[in-house]
Amino acid sequence: MTYRFDYSWIAEYWPVILKGLVTTVELTLIGTLFGVALGIACAWTRSLGPRWLRPPVVAYVELIRNTPFLIQLFFIFFGLPSLGVQMTEFQAAVLAMVVNLGAYSGEIIRAGIEATPRGQFEAGASLAMTRFETFRHVVLIPALQRIWPALSSQIVIVMLGSAVVSQIAAEDITFAANFIQSRTFRAFESYFLTTGLYLLLALALRQALRGVGRMLFPRRAAR
Amino acid sequence: MMTFTLWDILRNLLLAARWTVVLSLVSFVGGGLLGMALLYLRIGKARAGRIFVQGYVELFQGTPLLMQLFLAFFGLGLFGIDVPAWLAAGLALILWTAAFLVEIWRGCVESVACGQWEASASLGMGYVQQMRYVILPQAVRVAVPPTVGFSVQVVKGTALTSIIGFVELSKAGTVVTNATFEPFTVYGLVALIYFALCWPLSKSSQILERKLNVAHRDH
Amino acid sequence: MSLIAITEVKKRFGDVEVLKGINLDVERGEVVAIIGKSGSGKSTLLRCVNGLEMIDDGSIMVAGAQLINDDLHLKALRLKVGMIFQQFNLFPHLSAGRNVMLSQMVVKKTPAREAEAMARRMLERVGLGHKFDAYPDQLSGGQQQRVAIARALSMQPMALLCDEITSALDPELVNEVLAVVKELAADGMTLMMVTHEMRFAREVCDRVVFMHQGRVHEIGPPEEVFGNPRTPELRQFLGAQLVV
Ligand SMILES: Nc1ncnc2c1ncn2[C@@H]1O[C@H](COP(=O)(O)OP(=O)(O)OP(=O)(O)O)[C@@H](O)[C@H]1O
Ligand SMILES: [Mg+2]
Repeated sequence: MTYRFDYSWIAEYWPVILKGLVTTVELTLIGTLFGVALGIACAWTRSLGPRWLRPPVVAYVELIRNTPFLIQLFFIFFGLPSLGVQMTEFQAAVLAMVVNLGAYSGEIIRAGIEATPRGQFEAGASLAMTRFETFRHVVLIPALQRIWPALSSQIVIVMLGSAVVSQIAAEDITFAANFIQSRTFRAFESYFLTTGLYLLLALALRQALRGVGRMLFPRRAAR
Repeated sequence: MMTFTLWDILRNLLLAARWTVVLSLVSFVGGGLLGMALLYLRIGKARAGRIFVQGYVELFQGTPLLMQLFLAFFGLGLFGIDVPAWLAAGLALILWTAAFLVEIWRGCVESVACGQWEASASLGMGYVQQMRYVILPQAVRVAVPPTVGFSVQVVKGTALTSIIGFVELSKAGTVVTNATFEPFTVYGLVALIYFALCWPLSKSSQILERKLNVAHRDH
Repeated sequence: MSLIAITEVKKRFGDVEVLKGINLDVERGEVVAIIGKSGSGKSTLLRCVNGLEMIDDGSIMVAGAQLINDDLHLKALRLKVGMIFQQFNLFPHLSAGRNVMLSQMVVKKTPAREAEAMARRMLERVGLGHKFDAYPDQLSGGQQQRVAIARALSMQPMALLCDEITSALDPELVNEVLAVVKELAADGMTLMMVTHEMRFAREVCDRVVFMHQGRVHEIGPPEEVFGNPRTPELRQFLGAQLVV
């Protein structure tokens, strides 16, 4: 068997791929920003927040971590409209990513908060800061620093997981690949190329997150 | 138009969930076996083997599982085989699972104190004996909780096989939705079934982890 | 012929030469204490003798056989020379008895029954016959170290290397371990021990080696080394030790 790889379609279709790449990057950036923010809120609630708020947060985290992202996405995009919530594909994709990353990063960040030495809280209190002020100014940054590698891995996982948003026709890299293969019948080539693109994207994202880590945490955290 | 009761929907989903379970088991066991073979190379003495496994892990952890499924599906097709979805699904999931398990297990082997290597060496044991009698028995204990934890990712990963046409729980969800026009109920139920499969695994992983930590503190 | 003959041994970690040409012969049945400041290379020397570190130059002969870096020669060497570590390094997943049995069974292929009998004898010898089924985390530090000694003895080595074997112990547990070592010495075991227990070194050892900056700086019987140090470095070192 001899199979000839045919990439002659690239000349015509590269704008489609570029558009998909931009969409995937946008989804990842917005998803990460809001997802981590939601994660911080969850982590705060579970370790320091008001007790009555904890059970709903636990339920949310457990539900998300124990169901597939694909189903979360379908539920949001196909299910929620029946409650009268209308969204574009892109909005639904972002929302699904935020909800998903929120739960995972919440657990990761909580571990960082719980590893904070007691002395840090006591020092905050002795300086007349409220619990929330201590959290905001004393605890949070070192906690994020402790778990930054784990959080970075999770963000990369969410970026790679975003490939399934093509299933609700959000026009990301995978959508581009599907589109191209339906037009050119060069399925293997188009998925091979986009897989390479994801690999590069994952490497770049990891580097970027390392850079962000160096920017956010120039000093060593208290152990 | 036919009407579906809640029970009709649930029954159809549960029937399809069997295939989710089967595929999860196959992937986890197959991935575990392949992972062990890779682990052997990864912690072995041959440099080439170590580099190969590192590259393997980088590749499978650095690309979307969905792409791996597509490539398995269309890649096997290049060999002129008419590829059934279950074959591509099983193959991709096994390869993917192995990439994660080998990294988890490597961490466990490396967590065994280096004094254990030295003590067993000073007693005259060779590399294989050290592994077999001293290092692995300790690494296995540490490895159980994260391995059980990862099985949750495998179950969830099987959902993607619906996209290449394997009929399991997620695919059934789509089919039933198209018949009933009740996406909210159907996908809600699908989520609950996944939750029922995954949550016990997550929970046991946590409990095992806590037990292990307590045992460690006793030292 | 000496049991252990160390000739012009050099060892380097990266750019740092840690052993700069060590010469030392240990006779059969001799007890040698190695003292010296932290970082002077004492542990490195013992680890070289046990083949845990590879030497860069010189030679080490044990019972007439050259130390060569391959699996077969290393195994032969380690059957002749046992080692006891500062951190005990018992296998945590095995009971005390199993710790002592394991290497006999897998290295020497001793049948389980004989290995067990040997394990019981050796544990008895270090005063822990009743702890056969206890796991390491159920034993005190002193007991763990005695199990480690029994484990090394069960391989019937010609010599034992001890690297600060009481340094990780609470003060009240030091003596139970030293008592065991003293008995071994009395029974004629060849011992090379790095120690900070100067009183013990003085009482039990035949010779004392003072290492300084990767060299054997002074060597002699304990009365001489402790009573009449010749070099200022040794005088300063002994001056800094409280119990002499
Ligand atoms: N594996 C290694 N890699 C690099 N340097 C090492 C290594 N092992 C030891 N060294 C260095 O070699 C020197 C001698 O170390 P060694 O452990 O032999 O000293 P020591 O006399 O036993 O000291 P101590 O009394 O503190 O145990 C030290 O400077 C140490 O930092
Ligand atoms: Mg030392």
